[in-house]
Amino acid sequence: MANLLKIVNGERVDRAAIPMIDLDEFLQSLTDFVGEDGSVVQFFAYREGASNRLLAVLRNDDLFLIGTEVGESFPSLTRAGSKKFQLFEREIAEQYGIRPNGHPWLKPVRYHANYPGLPDIFGNDYAIDIPGNYEYFQVQGESIHEVAVGPVHAGIIEPGHFRFQCAGEEVLHLEIQLGYQHRGIEKMLTEVPQKRLPVICEGIAGDTSIGHNLCCCQAIEALAGLQVDRGASIVRVIALELERIANHIGDLGALSGDVAFNPPAAYFGRIRGEFLNLLQVLSGNRFGKGLLRPGGITQVMADEQRLLIAQKLSEVTPEIRNVCDLLFSAHTVQARFEHTGTVSLAAAKDLGLVGYAGRACGLAYDARIAFPTERYAVLPGNTNAVTNGDVNSRAEVRREEILHSLALIEMMLSQYEQTRQAVQMRRHELAPDALVVTVNEGWRGEVSHCVLTDQTGRIQRYKIKDPSFHNWMGLAMSLRNQEISDFPLCNKSFNLSYCGYDL
Amino acid sequence: MESMLSFLLATLAAPLFPGIILKVKAFFAGKKGPPLLIKYYTLAKLLRKGSVYSTSTSFVFKMGPTVSFATALMALLFFPLAGVKPVFFFHGDVIVLFYIMGIGRFFTILAALDTASPFEGMGAAREAFFSTLAEATVFMVLILFYRMNGSLSFTDYFQSQNPITLMSPNGSLLLFVVVSMFMILLTENSRVPVDDPATHLELTMIHEVMILDHSGPDLALIELGAFYKLFFYAAFISHLLIPAKFAGGAAGGAVFVGTLAMIYVAIGVTESITARFKMNLVPKYILTSFALVTFAAILTTMGLV
Repeated sequence: MANLLKIVNGERVDRAAIPMIDLDEFLQSLTDFVGEDGSVVQFFAYREGASNRLLAVLRNDDLFLIGTEVGESFPSLTRAGSKKFQLFEREIAEQYGIRPNGHPWLKPVRYHANYPGLPDIFGNDYAIDIPGNYEYFQVQGESIHEVAVGPVHAGIIEPGHFRFQCAGEEVLHLEIQLGYQHRGIEKMLTEVPQKRLPVICEGIAGDTSIGHNLCCCQAIEALAGLQVDRGASIVRVIALELERIANHIGDLGALSGDVAFNPPAAYFGRIRGEFLNLLQVLSGNRFGKGLLRPGGITQVMADEQRLLIAQKLSEVTPEIRNVCDLLFSAHTVQARFEHTGTVSLAAAKDLGLVGYAGRACGLAYDARIAFPTERYAVLPGNTNAVTNGDVNSRAEVRREEILHSLALIEMMLSQYEQTRQAVQMRRHELAPDALVVTVNEGWRGEVSHCVLTDQTGRIQRYKIKDPSFHNWMGLAMSLRNQEISDFPLCNKSFNLSYCGYDL
Repeated sequence: MESMLSFLLATLAAPLFPGIILKVKAFFAGKKGPPLLIKYYTLAKLLRKGSVYSTSTSFVFKMGPTVSFATALMALLFFPLAGVKPVFFFHGDVIVLFYIMGIGRFFTILAALDTASPFEGMGAAREAFFSTLAEATVFMVLILFYRMNGSLSFTDYFQSQNPITLMSPNGSLLLFVVVSMFMILLTENSRVPVDDPATHLELTMIHEVMILDHSGPDLALIELGAFYKLFFYAAFISHLLIPAKFAGGAAGGAVFVGTLAMIYVAIGVTESITARFKMNLVPKYILTSFALVTFAAILTTMGLV
């Protein structure tokens, strides 16, 4: 571990300081690190002149950085080290045409041609619209049947393709293929004028617009040397927590609706709207778009807004408690939630699950506590009482987080001070030859952005990681030996982002 | 004449009652809910549309809706609604009737399999399995009724000299039957806690998934057939609940409609206060209804009641 560079969340690092070590040593360091309960935050490739570089951001109690130079291929860490690398390696292969030799399941992540224009690793012809050149994993046997769901679904949700290998009602294996919403965001961010970055980041995943934009703004602030005053930080925390509450409440309602228990579904649907409206009070947009910009916030929270929020919170908090009681005390609901879609702690560790999906399995990691930004360093953390890894645990974690977030907002409101000045987006000079990693706990889990600048201060590589990137495999695992009719419930309990994954 | 009239009234009124369920569910959810006549609007909308047929289906697919509608309609022809003699009746008509409804289900399942969709096959398998279990309960009810009343005809059950009512000497046994038949009503008409008629999640559906490919007038026939079937089961339970022999005329009709409405309200309440069962719990649920009726039947053989 001696060769890893310890870094601080949201602080600029000179690229000269990044340890660029020999490939073998690099792979060994990564294997050792994850072997000792370390996790992967980012692992990606970029071009430096004519050569390929790999960069890894790792975490245990601290954040670490390490890099290497690589040719056309490297020995797969998934095989030698940990399953945590499998998707990152597939992404590297897809984006830069670098083959992870011996990867147990090398298949496309998003279905697009690689950036340098090298021959495609998967043998795909991207002139064809539908990803077809892939043999799904198949189970064979007399009573085995295959069910294909999507990419067009019956509900108003995003597109994704699910292949179930079933024996009767029992699912033996679920394979998930995404990429239908690939918009080329990472590449776009290096090409567009700087002032568009926050706008694009707000659209990475519509339900995490605050989370992703916070990462983007913090990265630009670090590279441009901007300071955010306390008042603006407080508003950022409030916005992030409002987003968390709105989504968690929406999910609890949807979980309730999926088991045909209507009243909480209807009540939560309405209460979710209340929180979206609070975000509108704060920013003028129900999803908080346009609120965060590098250097601060665009709308000053005056006393009027503060009182409106405080008043609404005291009004809906008891309602939330009551509806939660209604949902969690119904024994027919308990019968559906408990022991459904269980992911063991061992499997969760193996896959590196994050966010509520990880916490429901007993992985306590919360980026707000581990790598606090904004005002989180002075705010109390949350603990989870139910961590069995089933749908019930994922629902309980949501309930606890909603109540915790409500308390956080109240604390922030009581410590409130007005920001000095609202900021608007303008172009900032970024430090040349620098790198910054930002990590925040979005409502779904660990959101991380990593920005590299070249010697002129232009953004050379912008790497985004949505928590869904870690967690989709968790959903696939939760379906093992479950009834296929429980899939929608399991899916909703994870509620992962398609577009956050597809980028 | 009177029989024909009651039959026609029933066919016209059947789509009204499911509106009650929606209203009750909306009340529990704190909503206004759709208008009471929503199902008529839906039917009118569907009948105005055209049907779309997949090129991979055959004539079997088109037969499904027609046959299932016809069999549901026949159920009402045999049933003595509100104490009025049914259009048709003969000794043993109950057995014929339940098997006619079986034919309807058979063709719905065939039509589902004809689409070659993995969803519909799954739904068909579930429907076939669960209705097989439900049949056991229904026939145990018939056995019990035969012991109580000595007949195999709806008309004799409710209109003979020795009608089956709660007031008769062994009427207490009917409480078992009422509970069991209500459970069967929920099962056979794909209601919560067995199935969820409101869900959009194909993987969880039982009945709805079988009719995903039907559209326009075909779907209208299926929907209408489903209303008749639900009406039939609700009417059956109403007759068990109304304690005395039917007075006939307007008063009898009013009591009947009132009881019927209460049963639909009960369905709405059940759907609002319970979640769906896990799929593997459904057989146990259906067999519970079987056990209840069997218990009642055993009591009659022991001569205790």
